[in-house]
Amino acid sequence: MIAIGGSAGSLPVLAELLEQLPVSIDCTMMIIVHRLKNVPSDLDRLLSLKAPIIEPEDKQPILSRRIYLAPQNYHLLIEDEGTFALDYSEPLHYSRPSIDVSFASVAEAFGPRALGILLSGASKDGAAGMQRIIAAGGTGIVQDPATALFDTMPLAALELCPEALSMSITDMVHFLTELKMSAKHDQ
Amino acid sequence: MIKEISNEELETLVSLIHRQYGYDFSDYARSSLKRRFQRFMGYAYIGGVTELSDRLLQDAAFFERMAQFITVNVTEMFRDPLFYKTLRELVLPRLATYPIIKIWHAGCATGEEVFSMIILLQEAGLLERCRIYATDLNAVSLHKAEKALIPLKCMKDYTQNYLQSGGMEDFSNYYMADDEHAVIDQALRRNIVFFQHNLVTDQVFNEFQLICCRNVFIYFNKQLQDRVLRLFYDSLAPLGYLTLGLKESMMFSEESARFDAVSAVHKIFRRKS
Repeated sequence: MIAIGGSAGSLPVLAELLEQLPVSIDCTMMIIVHRLKNVPSDLDRLLSLKAPIIEPEDKQPILSRRIYLAPQNYHLLIEDEGTFALDYSEPLHYSRPSIDVSFASVAEAFGPRALGILLSGASKDGAAGMQRIIAAGGTGIVQDPATALFDTMPLAALELCPEALSMSITDMVHFLTELKMSAKHDQ
Repeated sequence: MIKEISNEELETLVSLIHRQYGYDFSDYARSSLKRRFQRFMGYAYIGGVTELSDRLLQDAAFFERMAQFITVNVTEMFRDPLFYKTLRELVLPRLATYPIIKIWHAGCATGEEVFSMIILLQEAGLLERCRIYATDLNAVSLHKAEKALIPLKCMKDYTQNYLQSGGMEDFSNYYMADDEHAVIDQALRRNIVFFQHNLVTDQVFNEFQLICCRNVFIYFNKQLQDRVLRLFYDSLAPLGYLTLGLKESMMFSEESARFDAVSAVHKIFRRKS
């Protein structure tokens, strides 16, 4: 499971990342970006023309080779049975969806098979969640703060998680492509 | 640092609470329940699950505090404005054909959705004919709902939501404001009764033309969702309406065959006759 979090300044980077990744996505992706609530949104269609992006409903089964986007105004969690679960409790870091909440849930459900990526953002959401992913044996990747439009989010994550890898978007694409190849080799 | 709770520890806590206090959380969705317990431990400075169990065994007041905390009671007025717009356009004209309209808000928390509903009903000229039953598990939330106090800082957002829902009036006509709160107009609230009802254990108590239960199902597992859907089916008049939260689905339940979708996008359903 690849979980990607971002806030201010992350949408162009996210679109670029999705654009550059090879079409055959061999694992599940879950995107958590801070977004406005109570306004109609086309974010799912804006992010990628290549691959359909799904805003999951409560208890929807998680399928591989799919890209999911956390819906507006809910936290997105994972149930042990391999389904999504939603939660409408208080915002964290003024955010719902909160990246910390989803990353912690991904860490718990997927352990070493979890990969967390944090992009540009003007809040510290995501750092604590990335710490949970790494503590559970997963991998953390942070957008190189020098390339981020807003560096608060990547800097906070690197400060809390020294093990996290700092990468440019091009390096991330290479890393994810290699990752998929090695996963194939394992099969 | 967040206190970790293992799955086994979670089951132990759930069965302790059931035995000692009679509240059954065993069919609540695990991921969010675990998260609520973890957050409560951080909030109450509890060092670990053993300490939490000991406190729960010895201290009923502590349990009450925890129950308040873990049952989510976050809500908004006119959340998802387009849902309310659809309700105005598709559902209220049908309700208008009944001499008495009975509405159940199940899991009403502090009442914000009930207050949104009475404003819609008032504007449709139906409020006089409505009897509104608003229930929740959480007694403290119900007590707040009866007072109808809304933090003033929320009203700017709620006014925006109201306008987007198709509201044409001056929203401030519906409340009186003091320094900190808006109080929803007493005259609008006269047909509401608030009382405690537990969807896990309690039964049918009336027959309704409309049941609103938005963003409550997300805290339940599939078995409990099925049970509550049966309870709602039995509590609805034939062709009565049921509304769920925008991201709540009936698709994953066998009970869905007993309902028609009036608006799949806004999650408005209708009991088949």
